[in-house]
Amino acid sequence: MKSLALISVVITGWLLLSAVGDFPDWGDPNSPANSYRLSQHFVTETFHETAVPNMVTAVLADYRGYDTMFETVVIFTAGIAIISILRRFTSDGADAGTEKVYEKRPDLIVDTTCRLMIPIIQLFALYVIAHGHHSPGGGFQGGVIFGASFILIALSRDLQAAHKWVPEQRVLNLAGIGILIYAGFGLASMFLGQNFLDYAILHKIMPASPIEARYHSMLGVEIGVAFTVTAIMYSIYSNLASKGTMKEGL
Amino acid sequence: MEFFEAISAKFNYWIYVIIMMIGLYAMIAKTNMVKKLIGMSVFQTAIILFYVSIGVKDGATIPILYHDQVHAGHHHDDHAHNGEHYDTPHGTDHEADEYGYPSRHAPDVVIDGDDFANPLVHVLMLTAIVVGVSTLGVGLAITQKLHREFGTIEENEIHDMIKSGK
Repeated sequence: MKSLALISVVITGWLLLSAVGDFPDWGDPNSPANSYRLSQHFVTETFHETAVPNMVTAVLADYRGYDTMFETVVIFTAGIAIISILRRFTSDGADAGTEKVYEKRPDLIVDTTCRLMIPIIQLFALYVIAHGHHSPGGGFQGGVIFGASFILIALSRDLQAAHKWVPEQRVLNLAGIGILIYAGFGLASMFLGQNFLDYAILHKIMPASPIEARYHSMLGVEIGVAFTVTAIMYSIYSNLASKGTMKEGL
Repeated sequence: MEFFEAISAKFNYWIYVIIMMIGLYAMIAKTNMVKKLIGMSVFQTAIILFYVSIGVKDGATIPILYHDQVHAGHHHDDHAHNGEHYDTPHGTDHEADEYGYPSRHAPDVVIDGDDFANPLVHVLMLTAIVVGVSTLGVGLAITQKLHREFGTIEENEIHDMIKSGK
């Protein structure tokens, strides 16, 4: 089995490497991928059309808005799938979970450090979400950082301590709300007479010019993405760590 | 010597193929489910490296405008706000697109396409990373479920259990 795997892997690698000669050189500005007019348009025209300096955010949230919306749906679906695979509901342990918080007294140094760190982590996450237009960042990255702060609570204290902030019900609501925010921007632009997710028309209900409407709508959909990612990241962790019981973490 | 020059001009492709082979081998040959998932992640990393390395341009920076360029644009925008209302789309230096929107935000900002790396591949790989995280999470959940059912995450042992009727 292992020799068979090795042979097939080596053949695949040899086929791929034999095609390497046809690829453009490293860093070639005139390679087909870099000189194609779509990429050139994104580089040169994004700022004029959307006023967003970070082209990746603009392409992600505006030009490829459909893609990103259903990417968020993929995350949501993954969270739902993990819950439906792992989640176990046991009738006997309804009250056992609440006592465990004080049973496992966390270490003083770990607890104090996490108390100091978690607000800073969450503040940084909000910064990454809100500043995704001007610097590297955005809804996915900020959402993951925000979710990590809840995971840190669960790791440093107990899963029940984190559940005070993000109970299971709220996690699923947040994940759904995120997608609804995103789709809401699309539907709003549709009801105003433009295509789905064509944000420029939203200047009719926003105190902004059409270009600024695209800018601000991108922030809106990034916030929606961040809601979903935060909720699902924590949901994945809590289900995997507690083996689906949602009582005791690692 | 020419051989090494030919490799070094395209070393990113060599590295991506090698990483991909490692991941592919782990996915096929390993019997441990978690190791298979690690192989899948390594494989995805190779694809991400492949795409991002395609978008690199010599002498270019990350696809975010310089502060000076943005500042010039906003300055012009403020000026336009004071001078004329944006509801009149046919301004002096604003061309209008098919919907009557001013199509150019800051006509005086000149952006050279060769100054910034290709943003499209970065966006595509952001999608790939997110999908990778989702598949990894679902894969780990299924592995945990298998461990709960069979008491092992070794593929061959699970096969034997299924064949012998548990």
